[in-house]
Amino acid sequence: MARIDLSNLAHSYLPNPKSDNDYALTRMNHTWDDGGAYALLGPSGCGKTTLLNIISGLLRPSEGQVLFDGKDMTDLQPQDRNIAQVFQFPVIYDTMTVYDNLAFPLRNRHVPEAEVDARVREIASHLDLNDALMTRARGLTADAKQTISLGRGLVRNDVNAILFDEPLTVIDPHMKWHLRSKLKLLHRQFEHTMVYVTHDQTEALTFADKVVVMYDGQIVQLGTPEELFIKPSHTFVGYFIGSPGMNVMPIELDGASAKLGGQTVSLPGAAKVKAGDKVELGVRPEFIRLDAKGMPVTVNKVEDVGRQKIVRAQLEGRNIAIVIGEDESVPTDAKIAFDPKGINVYANDWRVELGA
Amino acid sequence: MNKTWNNKAWFMVLPVLLIVAMNAVVPLMTVVNYSVQDTFGNNVFFFEGARWFREVLESERFHNALFRQFSYTFIILAIEIPLGVGIALAMPRSGVWASVCLVLMALPLLIPWNVVGAMWNIFALPDIGLLGYTINAMGIDYNFTSQPISAWITMVLMDVWHWTSLVVLLAYAGLRSIDDAYYQAARIDAASRWSVFRYIQLPKLKHVLTIAFLLRFMDSFMIYTEPFVLTGGGPGNSTTLLSIDLVKAGLGEFNLGIAASMSIIYFLMTLLVCWLFYTLTMQGEKE
Repeated sequence: MARIDLSNLAHSYLPNPKSDNDYALTRMNHTWDDGGAYALLGPSGCGKTTLLNIISGLLRPSEGQVLFDGKDMTDLQPQDRNIAQVFQFPVIYDTMTVYDNLAFPLRNRHVPEAEVDARVREIASHLDLNDALMTRARGLTADAKQTISLGRGLVRNDVNAILFDEPLTVIDPHMKWHLRSKLKLLHRQFEHTMVYVTHDQTEALTFADKVVVMYDGQIVQLGTPEELFIKPSHTFVGYFIGSPGMNVMPIELDGASAKLGGQTVSLPGAAKVKAGDKVELGVRPEFIRLDAKGMPVTVNKVEDVGRQKIVRAQLEGRNIAIVIGEDESVPTDAKIAFDPKGINVYANDWRVELGA
Repeated sequence: MNKTWNNKAWFMVLPVLLIVAMNAVVPLMTVVNYSVQDTFGNNVFFFEGARWFREVLESERFHNALFRQFSYTFIILAIEIPLGVGIALAMPRSGVWASVCLVLMALPLLIPWNVVGAMWNIFALPDIGLLGYTINAMGIDYNFTSQPISAWITMVLMDVWHWTSLVVLLAYAGLRSIDDAYYQAARIDAASRWSVFRYIQLPKLKHVLTIAFLLRFMDSFMIYTEPFVLTGGGPGNSTTLLSIDLVKAGLGEFNLGIAASMSIIYFLMTLLVCWLFYTLTMQGEKE
């Protein structure tokens, strides 16, 4: 259990990186609290796994430091960092029994056999592996093998952190939910610092207290699921989180109002941007109301997704999505209004704080 | 389903059938023929039943050759398999040096058997060979043409030099196919170097090692050219392996019946050991 500091961290797989493009991770400074459950969320190839492997020590960062509770870990090997890591695909020791698999990380650290037994049995009962303990691990299904991998990650109770690299990819959907809630439960019980890499937003939002959104080698936002939803700090967060994603439209700023094509939208506050910046307005579909008065839109399609409807419409020639309640009807000459709570302004893709 | 039944497709198999029949089945049948008959020339044959088989199985000479053969195979397997795995483990995983090592390893495999035999023959000669001369210069009395022990050591060394590479290449390929995640997980689990070998590498190498074992078993069990060129079976009969004895009986003494029945016994033994080994390994798999 430890606080993790990433100090001036950057990584490149090339020996002599020159431009930002050569970096898999661009320079970052972050602190992850002791006992927190963090999800690293982002598309494939954005550097999630690189960052995770740097924390676990499988990879040495080309620049900067990794600190656990203030202690420099940068040059330590994974086995000396006292962390656990679970990989995307099941890694099991085929020739051993399930029991020996779970006991392996403990025995390698010379934990007394009585304690090994107690820990293995406890974790096995959490993961419903009790009946299979004495069977050979080889013949088991992928689900069961990955459960064993998870168990090996969770079996040591003194670890600094437990890192998960998309651990539920190979698991059946119905088991996924079950295992995720188990992880959540174990997290509450043992209060390990947990870092969970995923590209699935549902998984990230349900597992983590704090979600770390990564895009193109950098952390674009670290926040609670609510913050990510209401105040996405980067247009990518707006687009990546939420279904459908945030509507992003180019605007021209004029003090506390914005010109959106031929329409004028009043903003909650004035935004300061530099001349020449790309300025955009971001509004989530959930913060757009169909109204009697407002900006006229052309409705193209209404998708009924069960508890709500998604209206695909055109505003000033741009596609936008609007989420409305299941019972609401869509008038032919629809007009829309933005909820001021959900209005965000972006300059060069980064959110601009709106002044009073 | 309405399928048209057309058995004409079987004719497609006919050419293969003919080739196999001509170059495998028919020659083998002549051997079977010889093994149960006797002749005094003029193409006149007398049926002898199991007489040749009985004689072969009861003969001291056959027992000795068989014992030498099993000893030889056992010794070279016991050296080549562990040595090959050891070298494969020590080879670099990637980069220029990996390619250099692979080429170096492949070189002995490219040399024809009789050349290997001739090379080692000269190499090990006590008066002019580099190896033989050096050993004698160190004060050790070594002469593979007159000392059975020296002859055996040279023969085994030659096989190890020629064939360990095969085990190395197979084991190396097996090691490369192990996913990095296994090594990463082992580092996280604080596994020792020995544990990594015992619980990750060795189990994953099981299949290639089975192949390596089978290939080396069969090759060494049937080996002829290299020891024949090196020692010709001597000094005395001390390096007369089964195949050398077989050629002596068949072509040297023209005992066709004895040679034919020996061939069949030889063939059945190879088949039996391979079958046993394969079944036992694959049975372990199903558990």
